[in-house]
Amino acid sequence: MLTATSLSKSFGKLKALDDISVTMNAGQAVSLIGPNGSGKTTFLKCLLGLVVPDSGDIVLQGQSVLGQWDYRRKIGYMPQIGRYPDNMRVGQLFDMVREIRGEARPTDDDLIRAYEVEKFAHKPMRTLSGGTRQKVSACLAFLFNPDVLILDEPTAGLDPISSEMLKEKVLAEKEKGKLILVTSHILSDLDDLTTDVLYIMDGRIQFYQSIEQLKNRTGEDKFTRALAQVMKNGVGTATANSSANSKN
Amino acid sequence: MASVLLRLTHLLTPKTDIVIRIVKYVLYDILQNRMLLGYTLFLLAVSFGLFNLGGDSTKGLVGLLNIVLIVTPLVSIIFSTIHLYNSAEFIELLAAQPVRRSVILWSEFFGLATAMKLAVLVGIGIPVAIFSPDLTGLTLVLVAAGLSVAFVSIAMLASVLTRDKARGIGLALLLWFYFALLYDALVLFLMFAFADYPLEKAMLGVIALNPIDLSRVVVLLQMDISALMGYTGALFREFLGTGTGIVFACIILLAWIFIPVFFAVRFFGKKDL
Repeated sequence: MLTATSLSKSFGKLKALDDISVTMNAGQAVSLIGPNGSGKTTFLKCLLGLVVPDSGDIVLQGQSVLGQWDYRRKIGYMPQIGRYPDNMRVGQLFDMVREIRGEARPTDDDLIRAYEVEKFAHKPMRTLSGGTRQKVSACLAFLFNPDVLILDEPTAGLDPISSEMLKEKVLAEKEKGKLILVTSHILSDLDDLTTDVLYIMDGRIQFYQSIEQLKNRTGEDKFTRALAQVMKNGVGTATANSSANSKN
Repeated sequence: MASVLLRLTHLLTPKTDIVIRIVKYVLYDILQNRMLLGYTLFLLAVSFGLFNLGGDSTKGLVGLLNIVLIVTPLVSIIFSTIHLYNSAEFIELLAAQPVRRSVILWSEFFGLATAMKLAVLVGIGIPVAIFSPDLTGLTLVLVAAGLSVAFVSIAMLASVLTRDKARGIGLALLLWFYFALLYDALVLFLMFAFADYPLEKAMLGVIALNPIDLSRVVVLLQMDISALMGYTGALFREFLGTGTGIVFACIILLAWIFIPVFFAVRFFGKKDL
């Protein structure tokens, strides 16, 4: 469904993405994991066309997305830090996005109801707390029933109840056969969501494996433990490559 | 002017309806800005003041012309640059939606251009309509509006090319300084340096390279005081005073309006957000 081939991007001397090749399929929930500044967000921004890669290609449902714009209809994006126009009210923001999309099919208002957005719909965006902004971002990401969901640190700043609501929503969408890409530093958040782990460091893929493979290899039955063990002991690059290839 | 511009977008982008939808929100944001209201009131105060000072409406117009040539480009370019940097979030939000990047930038351009024209039409247009409702007055208002939009366009290019807000505003100020003050000094220097050569025809080309100079000459020619500008003035009169000359001036001003923003859109298409 989504294939990146030898994707590279440098910011000056820094290589944010270095020859990334990966294939993801519908129904997968891929966790992007890696240290700060490892290139996770840059990779997601490349998928969205917010960052233009230096070389390589991204193909979504058989079509290259580079220089295109209409494919974003199929993507719901929840940014790491939701930045919105200060003067705009929450309700206006939703109206605007709806109007710009101009889509006839019904929108998915589950989260809007769950988070009771109408209670703060009259507030200007600048007065919202970080967590409330996250709620707005989440609602926008799911609003148009996208085939691909890109969630960058979705639970950061959310209270436990809202965070749980969001996780349930993501799980439900996964069951519907959508592709979900999620980054988080809170590994326990990823525990019950993830089907596959994509570990990126210094802009390179260290390994890309399903949860089962990971658990089998480490002999741990908890995802977080398995991951911690792999991170601690280092990654055998050979096995990582072979498993990444077997996915393709 | 606004309807003409909207019709032009029709030619440039087939997605006019989505441009209009976004322009609505851009304008909504700009019109809430107190600086715009302050600018309009300032123009109104200065215009009424100048017209009431001398009694002769031509004197008022000449005074107003100087304000128009210095202040409107300055406010246009600074206001637009600041607005574009403050809209970074808005632009990022839209860029993650199924919208062409070019549509986003054209919408910002039309929003800013409409706001700046509105300020000029109210702030200068109303006093001129009261005190000097003739062709000269009309020329002045149209030139002021066109000049404002040209500097919105230049601001778009400056802010697309620079990432940093401080640097962007610095570049905008520098460009204004160049067009409003430095350019004339350079031209004067060139004229002295090559005083032995017939430069009159070349001067026509030279003024086309600066929208402020072009605007000044076009309005002064309407005022019948071009005799004060010597032989070059006579040549301008001969060329710019005629129908072809007016068309030439309009085309050059339109080029100043559309070429910078055209390049801004092209660069923006490849920019990392």
